[in-house]
Amino acid sequence: MSELKSNIPEGPLADKWTKHKNDINLVNPANKRNIDVIVVGTGLAGGSAAATLAELGYNVKTFCYQDSPRRAHSIAAQGGINAAKNYQGDGDSNYRLFYDTVKGGDYRSREANVYRLAEVSSNIIDQCVAQGVPFAREYGGLLDNRSFGGVLVSRTFYAKGQTGQQLLLGAYSAMNRQINRGKIQPFNRHEMLDLVLVDGKARGIIARDLVTGEIERHSAHAVVLASGGYGNVFFLSTNAMGSNVMAAWRAHRRGAYFANPCYTQIHPTCIPVSGDHQSKLTLMSESLRNDGRIWVPKKKEDAEAIRAGKLKPTELKEEDRDYYLERRYPAFGNLVPRDVASRAAKERCDAGFGVNKTGEAVYLDFKSAIIRYGKEEALIHGNHNPTDQEVYDYGKKVVENKYGNLFQMYEKIVDEDPYKTPMMIYPAVHYTMGGLWVDYNLQTTIPGCYAAGEANFSDHGANRLGASALMQGLADGYFVLPYTIGDYLSKDIRTGKIPTDSPEFDQAEKDVRDRMTKLMSGKGTHSVDYYHKRLGKIMWNKCGMSRNAKELQEAMDEIAELRKDFWENVKVPGTIDSKNAELEKAGRVADFLELGELFAKDALTRNESCGGHFREEYQTPEGEALRDDENFSFVSAWEYNANPREAKLHKEQLTFENIEVKTRSYK
Amino acid sequence: MKLTLKIWRQENAKAKGAMKTYQIDGIDGDMSFLEMLDVLNEDLINKGEVPVEFDHDCREGICGSCSLQINGEPHGPDRLVTTCQLHMRKFNDGDTITIEPFRATAFPVITDLIVDRTAFDRIQQAGGYISVNTSGNTVDANAIPIEKQNADDSFYAATCIGCGACVAACKNASAMLFTSAKVSQFALLPQGEVEATERVQNMVRQMDLEGFGNCTNTGACEIECPKGISLENIARMNREYLSAVSKG
Repeated sequence: MSELKSNIPEGPLADKWTKHKNDINLVNPANKRNIDVIVVGTGLAGGSAAATLAELGYNVKTFCYQDSPRRAHSIAAQGGINAAKNYQGDGDSNYRLFYDTVKGGDYRSREANVYRLAEVSSNIIDQCVAQGVPFAREYGGLLDNRSFGGVLVSRTFYAKGQTGQQLLLGAYSAMNRQINRGKIQPFNRHEMLDLVLVDGKARGIIARDLVTGEIERHSAHAVVLASGGYGNVFFLSTNAMGSNVMAAWRAHRRGAYFANPCYTQIHPTCIPVSGDHQSKLTLMSESLRNDGRIWVPKKKEDAEAIRAGKLKPTELKEEDRDYYLERRYPAFGNLVPRDVASRAAKERCDAGFGVNKTGEAVYLDFKSAIIRYGKEEALIHGNHNPTDQEVYDYGKKVVENKYGNLFQMYEKIVDEDPYKTPMMIYPAVHYTMGGLWVDYNLQTTIPGCYAAGEANFSDHGANRLGASALMQGLADGYFVLPYTIGDYLSKDIRTGKIPTDSPEFDQAEKDVRDRMTKLMSGKGTHSVDYYHKRLGKIMWNKCGMSRNAKELQEAMDEIAELRKDFWENVKVPGTIDSKNAELEKAGRVADFLELGELFAKDALTRNESCGGHFREEYQTPEGEALRDDENFSFVSAWEYNANPREAKLHKEQLTFENIEVKTRSYK
Repeated sequence: MKLTLKIWRQENAKAKGAMKTYQIDGIDGDMSFLEMLDVLNEDLINKGEVPVEFDHDCREGICGSCSLQINGEPHGPDRLVTTCQLHMRKFNDGDTITIEPFRATAFPVITDLIVDRTAFDRIQQAGGYISVNTSGNTVDANAIPIEKQNADDSFYAATCIGCGACVAACKNASAMLFTSAKVSQFALLPQGEVEATERVQNMVRQMDLEGFGNCTNTGACEIECPKGISLENIARMNREYLSAVSKG
């Protein structure tokens, strides 16, 4: 096993980024015009990177599988974006944001990267406001904040429950400005099918025009992968239907190491599964935990009566309810981090206290928030003796103003009014902390191939805090990558255009064509979805919220077998040279079938519990995650092998010089 | 429930399309409309037929990918939802459902139920932004207070998901609601004022070039809009446009 070089700059933590920016090489504006950069993915990380790179003068080509960059799945992020602005004067600082993020990630992230993230966070808000992002404001005209899980300050900026949408439209508008200037060439409805290496460097991609089916070659001096996470390996997740690991996995196959695949975030507040037809899961923002209280009945017989439809949750007296998060974690209460909240929900449901038909749901109740706000509003409106109905009406209005779109979404899906009866929620796969291994410069182990946003692994350790994904995507894209990539590209100013008629491009295109032909030639017994759903079941049951050695081993075997079956039997209708949604899905599922096995292997290798990775063998007597810092304080970076169980492990040792490594406690 | 589906099938942009009828059974009220189409497609694949192509992605009503003219209405009979959030409980056993692509000259059909909405992107590229560099070297986010009402109205205009339902609902296939939402978002913010004169003219010019029709104030767009974008935005854009043109 070899050691990986993370290229963290020397010097004190708080000075590293500034010093690094001063030390690295720049490319002069005239030379930037001769340099091409490909950006795959146009979400927050890719969109912001593309806009900034184009603005600096590079020629940028963007690729996304959607019909417009504006539809990337960052758009679905609801709750908010963190920044250490300390506008509330509640003691926030760069260090505190850094500290919360490292602790939240259960001490499995890279210190220097996280500090940089905290350092640039404030600037993101300035930038977005300048771009016209309509964040929520207070009556005085200044920006409003709210709290998210795992922190004791209010540092989250938001735009109702649609923060991701507004930030993405901001990045999209910055892209549009560059498209209008001709500096970005957008390739929408295109999918990257392979990375092309020339002399060991990333020099282009093979892409498929998803409308015509045409296979295209695109060259560049560097390739940025900002293609998001791989949560859809579970089939059911809060990801978009098209979210996939293909770009990252193709790079992995070509030599980029894949880090910590088993670190997956199961989000505690999602709408429970309603049946076998389910195609995706819907998140209810963590911001709801600011005001909603999570509970299950105290007595099993009440839970059973509720499940049988004989008892309504609103009929249950206060003393018969178990607000289990407030009980177990008095300091953080309903705002414990996501991994902790999810496991606690699973624990209650497994113990027989679940509240929907399947027994896999808990309540998220807004009644006390509505009353609290209602009383406050009544006073503000000079009503000192309000009736219960008036309090409710006032309070409802406040809650509606804060979370209106989420409540509406819930009502449409579940057909129940969450203002009147508590919401039912259950954990679901949401975000993947693992991803392509990158150094401090966000470069993968392939020179010239960079990874940004959810596609890389570096900032969130084993668990991501709420409202930090948007922060990281935009930090990488607007403020980190455009600097660090310049250092690499400064060596390419004399290279000239990269030709696409080289043997390397020929070979990569041939590989892509062969693979598609093979996908189309399955003997045809089952659809792509059949395999995807089966993979998802294995992942959820054996690599989900809690894992053990026996089941992980079984998962590896079952996935290997399923993969074999898939390649022999998958049925893909239609043709290669036309719009073909089934073919697109087949290519993505083929990669998930490799990733899934590596995921299980990674989880099996990590003999400890940390963050979202909970191994049943390693827990405290109270059922909390038990880390093993002596033996597992490292990043697992896997080198590709066609047989994922044979993948080679490389370790990056994590050192913590600026933060005391402690047992994570939210009690 | 058991349903009869009449679906527009068209092999590619050049081919001639036609309605085709399918029978489907075992549909549950808790399914979304797109999950119902998933069931149909699974059936078709198993029978060796080519499945129906339709745009969809987030399936939580925010990405704007899904479209579909369902029984003559964009995103179907329910209000304030996209097709992906429309649930089958809104239909009855034995219903016949007609499913077509969004129809507009500026939205040519690509295949089956998928249309090309890149005209919307080009309208945004013509001026749907504030020309500020992304260097981060700008004033502090709280340097300019913004009246809450304006900030909220700007936000409501900005919640447009660019799905195109407004165009599909309009007898003139007008894109005024879409364009005005973006114009309004910036017109209501001090940061957007600087380029207001140019922006509205450039965006309207592109809108006309794309072949969208004019607004005759029927209000169908507002009713069908899954995000409830208000007609007020069109009024605001008209004001902005007139004042921009009179400035020259």
